[in-house]
Amino acid sequence: MARATAFAFRKPSVLPGFGLTLGFAVAYLSLIVLVPLAGLVVKTASMGWPEFWSLATDPRTLAALRLSFGASAAAAAMNAVFGLLVAWVLVRYEFPGKRIIDAMVDLPFALPTAVAGIALTAIYAPNGWIGRYAAEAGVKIAYTPIGIFIALVFIGLPFIVRTVQPVLEDMDREVEEMAATLGANRLQTVVRIVLPTLAPALLTGFALAFARAVGEYGSVIFIAGNIPYVSEIAPLLIVIRLTEFNYAAATAIATVMLALSFVILLAINLLQAWSRRRLGHD
Amino acid sequence: MTDVTHGAPVTARRAFVSPATERRVVRIVLVLVAIAFLAIFLFLPLISVFYEAFRAGFSAFLRAVTERETASAIRLTLIVAAFSVPANLVFGVAAAWAIAKYEFKGKSLLITLIDLPFSISPVTSGLIYVLMFGAQGYIGPVLADHGIKIIFAVPGIVLATIFVTFPFIARELIPIMQAQGSQDEEAALSLGASGLKTFFRVTLPNVKWALLYGVLLCNARAMGEFGAVSVVSGHIRGKTNTMPLQVEILYNEYNYGAAFAVASLLALLALFTLIVKSVLEWRYADEIAATRRH
Repeated sequence: MARATAFAFRKPSVLPGFGLTLGFAVAYLSLIVLVPLAGLVVKTASMGWPEFWSLATDPRTLAALRLSFGASAAAAAMNAVFGLLVAWVLVRYEFPGKRIIDAMVDLPFALPTAVAGIALTAIYAPNGWIGRYAAEAGVKIAYTPIGIFIALVFIGLPFIVRTVQPVLEDMDREVEEMAATLGANRLQTVVRIVLPTLAPALLTGFALAFARAVGEYGSVIFIAGNIPYVSEIAPLLIVIRLTEFNYAAATAIATVMLALSFVILLAINLLQAWSRRRLGHD
Repeated sequence: MTDVTHGAPVTARRAFVSPATERRVVRIVLVLVAIAFLAIFLFLPLISVFYEAFRAGFSAFLRAVTERETASAIRLTLIVAAFSVPANLVFGVAAAWAIAKYEFKGKSLLITLIDLPFSISPVTSGLIYVLMFGAQGYIGPVLADHGIKIIFAVPGIVLATIFVTFPFIARELIPIMQAQGSQDEEAALSLGASGLKTFFRVTLPNVKWALLYGVLLCNARAMGEFGAVSVVSGHIRGKTNTMPLQVEILYNEYNYGAAFAVASLLALLALFTLIVKSVLEWRYADEIAATRRH
């Protein structure tokens, strides 16, 4: 019986170790990831709808969520433009130092977020290298939502570059040549041929950068100023609620963040599937 | 953008410009804009870390990084990485073996679940362990009765670090092992090698660079993780502070020089990671899952 179900469950193979490796992988995954995450869901479910709703719609929570999602969307949009430009330049052009620049694009992945946070704060503080000139112009960057935006641009950049780059590398140049022979000028070719082909990758990169930015903590809290209702991001509010031992509120915010990110990622995935179909890719 | 040059004197040798690229001036402008953007957003923060770290001179830097609490933070960071990286390495190899070498139901669900920790905020990653093992958690009180402390102690830091670095090694190994198939292993087995011998003599050498790549990224994140660790650590000086947490504490005490000194060590780790990673990508592009470059 056990043998028969095992047979239906997987195709036969001569290699040994299926039970051991899959069993270990699933057990480890459950212990480290699934059970603790289920704990969050159970905690939320045990709260009851009225309590959850009042915690989730608390004005300070709403302000933090609005800031987190808004700043993340703005930063991902900025990165969509400049990330595309960086990917384009790295794939299409030759220039000195290209390899080093290509490698450095991953710096935000490699640099610990706390290090990025204090470095950005030092630069954009009113006496910093850039903050000084901004202050002269009457703009305050650090300790305002603009600072949060800058930190989120920093951490999101590689997501766009690394999703667009391989697609751009694989792109068939003949299509562009054909457009040119048919009389399209370069701008028309780029806007009407190249960009639509890159759109799904760009959307994926946007989604990844956005999702990362929403949850980002380390690089933001130093530069944000953390003023409630003004520059307090949702992850920080979770930490604040935890230090107050208000676990219910912390859980509610975490659940709302997870749910919102999930809905947005789902929407972007659908949009992406639609743009693929419309363009007739696979 | 590429309007035809009207009435320009026709020189004998005019450089050929492919119709599928931009004019030279456009290219130069685009490159310069891209470099300026990267200089401001990437290079400047990196330079500022080292500038601030050595601003007060090398001896001040040395004093800061050898200070007692900082030294203990460095030690704890190494300990945490020494636990979490091997744990995820064993998991990554096991998961990749099961996923790449066999066909079974629910495989794509398993792959999706492995990537799950990447889409969860580090703070939430810490929170779920507090809910589980904290003083008011599900099993925290039971463990406390037996004298086991997880939250605000080293085990919690290790667990949270394992969670946030969970997918790194598995996601490097799975695609490359899937691409390689299992003919080599089948040949070894049919020639009489044991299962373990096949793994160590055939499979492992085939994926060694991908494995190193995954370990490298996993280690960088494990040593640098801030949000998740910050939630579970309790910030007990000299005891539960990792290097990133020590950076925060020194910074919040306005001890900027020392904060940046510790930060510069982490930045060096990041640079080292980037260099090794790039070398691996250039030399062994076919042997690492280049399609999933992070």
